[in-house]
Amino acid sequence: MTVKKVRVDSEKCQGHNRCYAMAPGMFQVDEYGYATPRGEGILASEADLELARRAVENCPERAIEVVEDEG
Amino acid sequence: MAEPVKEWTTDYDIFSREYIRDPFPIWDTVRETCPVAHTDRWGGSFMPTRYEDLFNIAKDIEHFSSRNVLVADVMPTPEQIEREQNMAEEDQELIQQYNVGAPPITSDPPVHTWARKLLLPPFSVTTVAKYEAETRELCNELIDKFINEGRADGAVDYAQQIPPRVIASILGINKDDADTFTGWVRGFLELGLTDPELREQSARSIFEFMVGEVQQRKEQPGDDLISYLLAQKVDGEPVPEPHIVGTCFLTLVAGIDTTWSSIGSAIWHLAQHPEHRKQIIEEPGLIDNAVEELLRAYSPVTMARYVASDTEYAGCPIPEGSKVLMNFPAANRDPRVFDDPDVVDLHRAKNPHIAFGVGIHRCAGSNLARMEMKVSIQEWLKRIPDYGLEDPDAVTWAGGQVRGPRKMGVVFPS
Repeated sequence: MTVKKVRVDSEKCQGHNRCYAMAPGMFQVDEYGYATPRGEGILASEADLELARRAVENCPERAIEVVEDEG
Repeated sequence: MAEPVKEWTTDYDIFSREYIRDPFPIWDTVRETCPVAHTDRWGGSFMPTRYEDLFNIAKDIEHFSSRNVLVADVMPTPEQIEREQNMAEEDQELIQQYNVGAPPITSDPPVHTWARKLLLPPFSVTTVAKYEAETRELCNELIDKFINEGRADGAVDYAQQIPPRVIASILGINKDDADTFTGWVRGFLELGLTDPELREQSARSIFEFMVGEVQQRKEQPGDDLISYLLAQKVDGEPVPEPHIVGTCFLTLVAGIDTTWSSIGSAIWHLAQHPEHRKQIIEEPGLIDNAVEELLRAYSPVTMARYVASDTEYAGCPIPEGSKVLMNFPAANRDPRVFDDPDVVDLHRAKNPHIAFGVGIHRCAGSNLARMEMKVSIQEWLKRIPDYGLEDPDAVTWAGGQVRGPRKMGVVFPS
């Protein structure tokens, strides 16, 4: 079974805080503003998936992606 | 007065009256006909206008250096050269030692890497939130002064007053000097862009002031950015003082004109769009998205890059020593990325705007700017939900590298 996960590429993230502002339950940021998904970044619901896609669309650095992972 | 521009793709003038007043149709023309424009004016520069081009150039820090981020080069006057030549050797050395620019905005890696790391935590979302309550209070004090008049200048009496006081608070400097800082910063970044002597004078005033503040903080540390920077270590060593002065210089210069322009543009837009005022008032949760949309539509800042070695972009040769004007505001209205880019839609779902730049030079103060915009819009609409422009044609704008309204009469029921 596959699960969908959200990922942040730490090489690309420049700390704009856009994802954190729109989905603070899904992302966390450190003191420099660099974001990481909370927990394993598992998108458990349609609503989560929708929110993650919105974060992808709004990240100016194109650092966020939704991936399918073997569960 | 300079020659009027006939051809924007080969002869643009970012300081012309037409560009300052209404740059949007100009950007559209350039974007669709010659996306990387060129001009010989003001020392010459290239100007990308498409989102993808801005993105790529901002990321190519090897060729596009930040050692000089202002487009019109300023040459020292003969008097300055003579004065410096006649200085005692130790004074010359001192000047050399302090000649570090305004790190990290004027730095490239490797200095940029540690200089930025130093500056980001004091401007994190969490740190910035500590200034929110006092910013709200400040906005209300400003509104108190004109609420009974039935009119105000939304730029001079409101937008312009907010950032200098918030920055003063962060730096731990006297807020009563806010008007002085505003004068210096305008002299450096706005009026000084085309007036080298004023720019040099303003820079020197800020610089001397900051040297004094740093000395004072060494003796009496406080809970402020200067004291924080003095307490930091890089590779086990204290941060060199000239670097701290340069970073304080940057904080003052970058934190005032820019944010004040954004707040002013927001107040200007909302004056003409009662439906947007209504949306923000009725849907308080919309404010963050509204701020992002206003940042996209009225991005104030156009920084420059210096071409460090011969390169080419999209088949266009760009020689070493050229300037590239990073037109992030034009990119934010590129229809290839944004649906109906000229329509302000506070509910816009897809908005990866680059008003704060993109890549390693993403504006370090972006969280602060957002907080100030949010609070200043909210408090204004709480007190003045219904207002309009006194005379739309009488609004004046500053342009060049930072765009925003400078005189903006507004009227409201008193």
